[in-house]
Amino acid sequence: MTSGFMILILLVYLGLLVGAAQLAERKQNSKWTNNPYVYTLSLAVYCSAWTYYGSVGMAANSGLEYLTTYLGPVIAFPAWIVIMRKIIRISRVNKISGIADFISLRYGNSRTLGALVTIIVTLSLLPYIGLQLKAISETFHVVTRTSDAGSLLGDTSAYVALALAAFASFYGTRYGDATQKRRGIVSVIALESVVKLFIFLLLGAYVTWGIFNGFGDIYQQAQAIEGFREKTSIGGLEGGFNWFFYCMLSLFAIFLLPHQFLMTVVENNREKHLQTAIWLFPLYLLLCNLFIFPIAWGGNLLVEGGANADMFALLIPMQQGQELLAILVFLGGFSAAVSMIIVSSIALSTMLTNNLLIPYGLVRSLSGSPDTNNQRIVRSRRIAIFVIVVLSYISYRYFLQSHTLVSVGMVAFLVVAQLAPAFFGGIFWRRGSMRGALYGILAGVAVCAYTLVVPFLLHASPSGFDSDRWTGFLNPLALFGLDYLEPIPHALFWSLLVNTSVYLVVTVSRKGNYRERNYAEMYVDIDQYITHHENAFIWRGTAYISDIRKVLVRFLGEEKSSRALRIFNLKYNIPPDTTMADARLIKFAENLLTGHIGSASAKILLQGVTKEDKISLPEVLSILEESKENLAINRKLRATSRELEEISRRLREANQSLIQKDKQKDDFLDTVTHELRTPITAIRAATEILHDDDDIPEPVRRQFLQNIISESDRLNRLIDKILDLERFESGRQKLMLEMIDLTDVARGSVEPLFQLIRSQNISLHWQTANQVMVMADAERMVQVVTNLLSNSIKFCKKDSGVIRVGTHVADGRAQLWVFNNGPAIPDAETEAIFDKFYQSDNQTTRKPVGSGLGLAITRQIVELHQGSIRVENQPDGVTFIVELPIFNADEKNTDS
Amino acid sequence: MPMKKILIADDEPNIIMSLEYSLKKNNFQVFIARDGQEALEILETETPDAIILDIMMPNLDGFATLEHIKSKPELAGCKVLFLSAKNKDADIEKGLSLGADAYLTKPFSVKKLIETTQKLIE
Repeated sequence: MTSGFMILILLVYLGLLVGAAQLAERKQNSKWTNNPYVYTLSLAVYCSAWTYYGSVGMAANSGLEYLTTYLGPVIAFPAWIVIMRKIIRISRVNKISGIADFISLRYGNSRTLGALVTIIVTLSLLPYIGLQLKAISETFHVVTRTSDAGSLLGDTSAYVALALAAFASFYGTRYGDATQKRRGIVSVIALESVVKLFIFLLLGAYVTWGIFNGFGDIYQQAQAIEGFREKTSIGGLEGGFNWFFYCMLSLFAIFLLPHQFLMTVVENNREKHLQTAIWLFPLYLLLCNLFIFPIAWGGNLLVEGGANADMFALLIPMQQGQELLAILVFLGGFSAAVSMIIVSSIALSTMLTNNLLIPYGLVRSLSGSPDTNNQRIVRSRRIAIFVIVVLSYISYRYFLQSHTLVSVGMVAFLVVAQLAPAFFGGIFWRRGSMRGALYGILAGVAVCAYTLVVPFLLHASPSGFDSDRWTGFLNPLALFGLDYLEPIPHALFWSLLVNTSVYLVVTVSRKGNYRERNYAEMYVDIDQYITHHENAFIWRGTAYISDIRKVLVRFLGEEKSSRALRIFNLKYNIPPDTTMADARLIKFAENLLTGHIGSASAKILLQGVTKEDKISLPEVLSILEESKENLAINRKLRATSRELEEISRRLREANQSLIQKDKQKDDFLDTVTHELRTPITAIRAATEILHDDDDIPEPVRRQFLQNIISESDRLNRLIDKILDLERFESGRQKLMLEMIDLTDVARGSVEPLFQLIRSQNISLHWQTANQVMVMADAERMVQVVTNLLSNSIKFCKKDSGVIRVGTHVADGRAQLWVFNNGPAIPDAETEAIFDKFYQSDNQTTRKPVGSGLGLAITRQIVELHQGSIRVENQPDGVTFIVELPIFNADEKNTDS
Repeated sequence: MPMKKILIADDEPNIIMSLEYSLKKNNFQVFIARDGQEALEILETETPDAIILDIMMPNLDGFATLEHIKSKPELAGCKVLFLSAKNKDADIEKGLSLGADAYLTKPFSVKKLIETTQKLIE
């Protein structure tokens, strides 16, 4: 087999891959590229050249331990599907483009953390990619039976590497948005997974049944080989520990390897595809492992000693003269290596640009038209791919020549595993903080370096590993006396222990900022969050929509930006002329940009146009203060409303009394008109008779005329009294106050009524004191006494009437009383009798002769003199009592 | 033709005097009561053809007196005429609804009162 022929085969094979990629890209939505099987097979990028050749070598040299690489993922898979669903949801919502994005966003979109993850992952994966190149190179020489030319130009793998870089950069970076699905790449990886598995199974079947007589035969023959027993057992308790840690390592790898994350999360179209992966992927791994042991033992039996066990898969068919099979095996291994190189170079380049290059420099220079921006991003990614491949090649050429595939792979796994505490803690623990993650990872990597790199360097140094200088508890291979673990499990144990402890301690002792806590809530409760995506963020700040729009246009282009904003406005019902952006729009724009330039860069870009304020303690206090003010205002409002209620109650009362007064006024008018009409009626009737009847007897005629005169007088008196009352009530009646003796006034008032009293046979008695001096209007006082006397004359007993009049001083008040032996006044009416026309309303007592205004006027006069009037029922009659303030001569003198 | 009997119930003596003179002049036999109570007492023994009732009277007012009259079947043929200074529509309505045959307001025309009374009786 000449090199030229092999190169031709490689070119043809690569051409087929390009064709497949081209086809898949063109049929983006075809069922052939977009189904759960392609998705699951693309996950098999996990089985790299390491699996293909390295596992055989490991099985041949050290036995069963190679299984751990597959056991880890298989053990984790039931949990894997649950966790991955969550991660996929988080990533879809946030447009995550890689593992560094995922971790940095969770910890408050931390630029530092994203950069750290990127650097660590890149550094650990470069040798891993280098390994793949090494595998290609070595197998090429084995198949062509050439030896390494030693010069760079003569090394086929150098050209292969460049070809792969070109392929990856073309199909891996077609879009500025790194979360855009790369259907071409995914399809090619899936295809290669089929190829490598098929060929490996073919080889296995050939070795097992073609050369030997089935599994039993190989096992039988292998027993003769030295160390068979040890190699087919776990190796006791200590071996068990090693197994445990190796399984753990591969378990983390299936989550955390950047190319694995890219394929599983970023390239996932539908969550549903996970349901196929959960059975198909473990099945794939099982099939991969089916023939490793037969091939390894077959190699040990068939290939002469001293050969590289990693190459058994090639050496066996070549030794048996099966050139075609050897070429096929080479192509299978080539496929495995190529898949890994392509996917990881894309993953790393995306991380390098989004989490390192753009946020730390390039982002500032991004400006101008969207096309140039996109071009610059894509170009930087392409350059990154080439740089990665070249660096990998260099690492292979100058550092990896003497190391087996497995050991370098394990170191890569180990370093990547340092992301585990931050990764899993971030998904399930709300509190996990940025500093915790950062310091944890740094500490873990430091421990790895101490436990692996130090011995490695010492080994490589000419003086060799001086174990004497590294004894005691600081021995890098047996820290604190832990000496029964192999170097890798040993490093894993200590690094993860330190890493996790630092993560926990720092997190618990130092609180994360509000931004971290927001993202933490979102990561941990992604399902709740998904339902109200852009609403969930507490964000305080100011930004103009036009500024955000400008930023978007720079990366998305005019048309896309307008459409996105239109959809956003429609979704949240925001009027298109709004000028200030709200938290949702900021988040929305961040999401849009994240796909293009990574979350950290998106944040930085938007920070340039937004003025973000943290909600600080003083602000919280002022919010509390505001609510305190509100409480005070509330109290005030309540008081005011109580006052209002009180006012309206009084208003109601006033209204009530007005209504009552109005009714009283109506009643008064009714009564007055009735009282006025009565004499008029009498006058009219008499006058009509006199007018119409000419032959009235003279005495009757005279009587009618007399009636007319008396009724006219009555009418006149009534009018006088009404006017009097009105004057008193309105206060227009002026009093002519002078010193008078009440006894004098009483005696004087009786004189005009004397005739009447005598004619009615009433006996009048006096019980007056000497001189009861008051300041009063003499004329009004006469009116008072006259009214009370007239009233008594009306009501005292017929024929045996008794009236007593008295004056005296009691309790510093002047008293005037008038008694008559008439009927008692019901208690309920002792007040009412002083009302106007009282007797007219009360029909139960015989209507007395009079206006019905006498007592009302009397009360008005007394009250005008600051006095009072009341009525008291006696056993034998009724007494009206008037009380007036007594006149004090001394007071008077001092006054004047 | 026997003389028609008229009962006057009013508390104003001067009005009673005019009524009594005019009715007698028109050949009515006149009975006089000074309030509702007195009117009912007279009605125990007499069955007049018509009653002229004032409303605002002491002891028993005109409305109450009419109710008593209406409760006595032997007085069913006896016409009742209110003669009152109460001239509001509400009062007139009340009076008529209680079963009065006519309602005249004070001050009144003697001629019209006689005419109305004669019409009621025929």
